[in-house]
Amino acid sequence: MTGKLRKPADFLLLMLALVVIWQALHWVAGDIAITSPAATLAKLGQMLHTPKFWSDIAETGRAFLFALLISVFGGVALGALLGINRLAATVSEPILVAAYSLPKVTLYPLVLLIFGLGLPAKVAFGAMHGLIPVTIVTMNALLNLKPVLLRTARVMRLSPLQSLTTLLLPAVLPEIFSGLRLGFSLSLVGVLIGEMFASQRGLGFVIMNAMNLSDVATIMAVAVLLTGFALLASGALGLIDRRIHR
Amino acid sequence: MSSVGTLRFAVIAIMVGLLELACRTGLIGPTVIIPPSAMVESLWQILAEGDLTTDILSTFGNVLAAAVLSVVVGFVAGLAIHPLPRLRGALEPLLASYYAIPTFMFYPLFIVFFGVGNRAIIAIAFLLAVVSMVTSTLTGLDRIPPILRKTAKMYRMNRVSTALLIELPATIPHLFTGIKLSVAYAFIGVIASEFILSGAGIGYSISYAYNNFNNRAMYGLMLLVVVAVTTVNMVLHSIDRRFQERSRR
Repeated sequence: MTGKLRKPADFLLLMLALVVIWQALHWVAGDIAITSPAATLAKLGQMLHTPKFWSDIAETGRAFLFALLISVFGGVALGALLGINRLAATVSEPILVAAYSLPKVTLYPLVLLIFGLGLPAKVAFGAMHGLIPVTIVTMNALLNLKPVLLRTARVMRLSPLQSLTTLLLPAVLPEIFSGLRLGFSLSLVGVLIGEMFASQRGLGFVIMNAMNLSDVATIMAVAVLLTGFALLASGALGLIDRRIHR
Repeated sequence: MSSVGTLRFAVIAIMVGLLELACRTGLIGPTVIIPPSAMVESLWQILAEGDLTTDILSTFGNVLAAAVLSVVVGFVAGLAIHPLPRLRGALEPLLASYYAIPTFMFYPLFIVFFGVGNRAIIAIAFLLAVVSMVTSTLTGLDRIPPILRKTAKMYRMNRVSTALLIELPATIPHLFTGIKLSVAYAFIGVIASEFILSGAGIGYSISYAYNNFNNRAMYGLMLLVVVAVTTVNMVLHSIDRRFQERSRR
């Protein structure tokens, strides 16, 4: 096997091992706890043929997309605002870190009371998860810039806005992209948790509903779908990330 | 306190003050947010009455259990994976996208294996927290400067004393980052599981208060979580920062 193919092959081997463990767990615990890989895929295939399931996917996808957009653009804007000024950054950094490591579920009722049930609350909750890491990453990237770039901006007499758009943001683009990966994962998780707690639509609701009905096959099918999506999307972003950082 | 610290305190004080003002003047209604002073009052009352003390203790107990478990298991797993580059290469994409997977989906599975109650919650929090400990252990082992190992060889130290006297101290800053992250994730895992899925603990008490339109109790408990979690995380964060600065010197 050539060196280049070895890594993906190892990864596939690992995945295969996980499927074997999954099958073994199924044999130990039975259908009430965990459906077999084959049965789960069959169930997923069957669900993908119902329009209801697609509308749930669309609902979650829409909330996720809005949350991601807010996280990325809001986070970059906020991070840039704080990152240009060293004092503002030092003052706000621990506050942001504290907010980042807070169990944000605790604050979900607050979001619900402000936005009411429905799409806006989910988007806000997803954005709450994604916005802060993007802000922190953007801010730190700007702080750690090479001083020569700032001097160049001064020599060329660029206005703060000009230096930000023509010099600083392009320079920190690779870091921002890494932040985007974080924001991507976290806003997806945020939207799903939001749907699990209070929603009538979306994949989180499907899982929650299935939990109440002890419908293990549905839970596993949605779990496989989401895990597959998360792994594929994160893998693709990781590839781009590595290419930019080179 | 340094001037930056004073400024930071002032920023937070002003934000809380503005919220208080907005609530008192009726700009924000009491059905949405209650004034921060009322939150403190409610929290004080909750702690004094002691009805929720068992819930509060059970939450913190679960967080502690999940954090200790994930730190120990994560460290050992990191040690075991590090000498196996092929396994590590295969695991890396999984570790990198791990946090995109909503772990809470697997709760029903844990209920079957562990029964309803604390153990299933600890299992979820553990799943969430263990990965950052594994990653930090791996990074720590990667970053041991080769010169240290050479020194150990020069002194003809055996494997055990090299591990204890050279490698462990050299990796401690990274291990501590792992501990810090594990604690933060253990809090998130426990409180979120209680909130969405279980029938006990602070998380459940908050969602119960929300469902019963009991804003006073809800905000009191939210304040408890925010203050407790932030205090713990900030203490760990400042120790972590000190380690990082020392290792940069």
